[in-house]
Amino acid sequence: MRFTTFLAGALTLGLASGAMAQDDPVKAGFIYVGPIGDGGWTYQHNEGRLAVEEYFGDQVETVYQESVPEGADAERAITQMALGGADIIFTTSFGFMDATNAVAAKFPDVKFEHATGYKREHPNVSTYDARFYEGRAVLGTIAGHLTETNKIGYIGSFPIPEVIQGINSAYLHAKKVNPDVEMVVTWAYTWFDPAKEADAARAMIDQGVDVILQHTDSTAPQAAAQEANENGGRVFTFGQASDMSEFAPTPRVASIIDEWSPYYIDRVQAVIDGTWEQQGSWGGMAEGEVVIGPITDAVPEDVKTEAEALIAAMKASEYHPFTGPINKQDGSVWLNEGEVARDEDLLSMNFYVEGISGDIPN
Amino acid sequence: MDLSSISLTLLIASLMVAATPILLAAIGEMVVERAGVLNLGVEGMMITGAICGFVAGVETGSPWAGFLVAAIGGAAMAALFGFLTQYLLSNQVATGLALTLFGLGLSSLLGQGYVGIKAQTLRRVDLGPLSDLPVVGRIIFGHDPIVYLSLALVAGVWAFLRYSRAGLILRAVGESHDAAHALGYHVRRVRMLAVLFGGACAGLGGAYLSLVRVPQWTEGMTAGAGWIALAIVVFASWRAERVLIGAYLFGGITVLQLNLQTAGARLPVELLSAAPYLVTIVVLVLISGRAGGRANAPADLGKPFHASA
Repeated sequence: MRFTTFLAGALTLGLASGAMAQDDPVKAGFIYVGPIGDGGWTYQHNEGRLAVEEYFGDQVETVYQESVPEGADAERAITQMALGGADIIFTTSFGFMDATNAVAAKFPDVKFEHATGYKREHPNVSTYDARFYEGRAVLGTIAGHLTETNKIGYIGSFPIPEVIQGINSAYLHAKKVNPDVEMVVTWAYTWFDPAKEADAARAMIDQGVDVILQHTDSTAPQAAAQEANENGGRVFTFGQASDMSEFAPTPRVASIIDEWSPYYIDRVQAVIDGTWEQQGSWGGMAEGEVVIGPITDAVPEDVKTEAEALIAAMKASEYHPFTGPINKQDGSVWLNEGEVARDEDLLSMNFYVEGISGDIPN
Repeated sequence: MDLSSISLTLLIASLMVAATPILLAAIGEMVVERAGVLNLGVEGMMITGAICGFVAGVETGSPWAGFLVAAIGGAAMAALFGFLTQYLLSNQVATGLALTLFGLGLSSLLGQGYVGIKAQTLRRVDLGPLSDLPVVGRIIFGHDPIVYLSLALVAGVWAFLRYSRAGLILRAVGESHDAAHALGYHVRRVRMLAVLFGGACAGLGGAYLSLVRVPQWTEGMTAGAGWIALAIVVFASWRAERVLIGAYLFGGITVLQLNLQTAGARLPVELLSAAPYLVTIVVLVLISGRAGGRANAPADLGKPFHASA
């Protein structure tokens, strides 16, 4: 009995401090899947958090917890943050989806923002994502031009729609400039395991892959490519999530950067103004959420020009990377000539496009 | 599926590299356990070694200094463990787990300013014409010195335990500390030395990750390698030569499954990734099924010792 009273007390306290937050600084919480020092995904989310702090100054207080595992422990971490008086909580990994919704049910006055998911089971849950596949189109174009072995490697994390979009987009655009290109996909089953990512990159390099794209968060594949280059190889990579410019000009020849700052500032502002509403946000290059980092001189001038033209077209919303005709892997028609993929289809994408070999694991 | 794109030579060469960190940590832990101490803090000591080695490697510009400092860092962590468990008689399991948590935290603190920096890495040894030989040139003569060091350590530990008097004393301490004590051996001293050796080895293994295999510093970069090392010791039933087999098997499966995927093999990669652990469980079942129950496990493994007892 006493324990339940205590729990209820703690709960009311948490809710109360949430409600009182109008006068106090707004508290924005961030749940990270990896360490801030990963130099990639989590690093960029944390840059977004720092941007919030800088923009709002004393108006906003931020808290964060890093290296939260995707699973039961996530729910505990999010609950703790909500009890700690956070007014808005950003949960920054796909695997936090169910935990976020579960906690949101218990804290109706706290706003929840879940990155890269699709479940919005409660009115206080929004989702946000970035159209990374737009950036992948640019990287694919560069990769198609750079490869000499015609084998491009893609280190995938988990077979979820977001990653599959990237693989398809990169392949389609590499193929567009180099019809002989072949895409090799390796699933690492982790977002962050430098040793494994390095091994995956080495396995690719050993098998003749000379351009590597990654959808995992560490810089280890870049280092593996660099090592191969020092031993006489010719391998190129792209920075992932963060610029990873310490590996420029080679092996890193360009990068796809997640820029969360505008979104975070926008949403925290909405909480301050009391105008926060549920939404499913999916910004891309046009919104400045996906940015291509500096293209180095290792890329020939005409390729660079071509890539920049593609970036400009997507920034102006004139070009969609998934514009038909595109067939599915089994040869059936997905998009007809000139047809553009609908967002619903992209968000549930679970197939390779025609030309990629191999199966997507379940 | 195009298996011909997998080069067996390169596969073996890269599995040796992939297995070296766990091999180093496992051979160290095996000596610790043979002395009767169960140190579950391998992961913590590895990651401490990884960051100590990386910092020293960056600051001095010499990977060798990095490895030296990594061994010292790992041993320092182990000394903490040894002091708590051998002199203050704290619970070994709990202390070991705490050591892992402490090591993870300490390493990310030490590593604050070292994210995204590159350190000088070890080059492969160049044995001239030997390294250019087909197949064996790459597998046997084409590695960095630490790979050879790890193999030498395994051989050394094997010979030490089997042939030397000191090795016999160490084993005696692990099998029955009371008997060893009654014979006049310094149980605590022997165990402390073993623990320090284990820490230094784990530190070297960690530094191999941060200085050679990855090579850079990222928080949490050992990603469970220390636990695998612990599993290997059990898998190897506390025998040095089997530690080598176990480490190469574990490292080999990791590399093999990535290679198979890259070659487009339609194999359930999840199962392949889990295979090392499944094998360990099977081995454990087989061991416990044999007469005598614990087979090769040192009889006094994990038991606290006090001279008054």
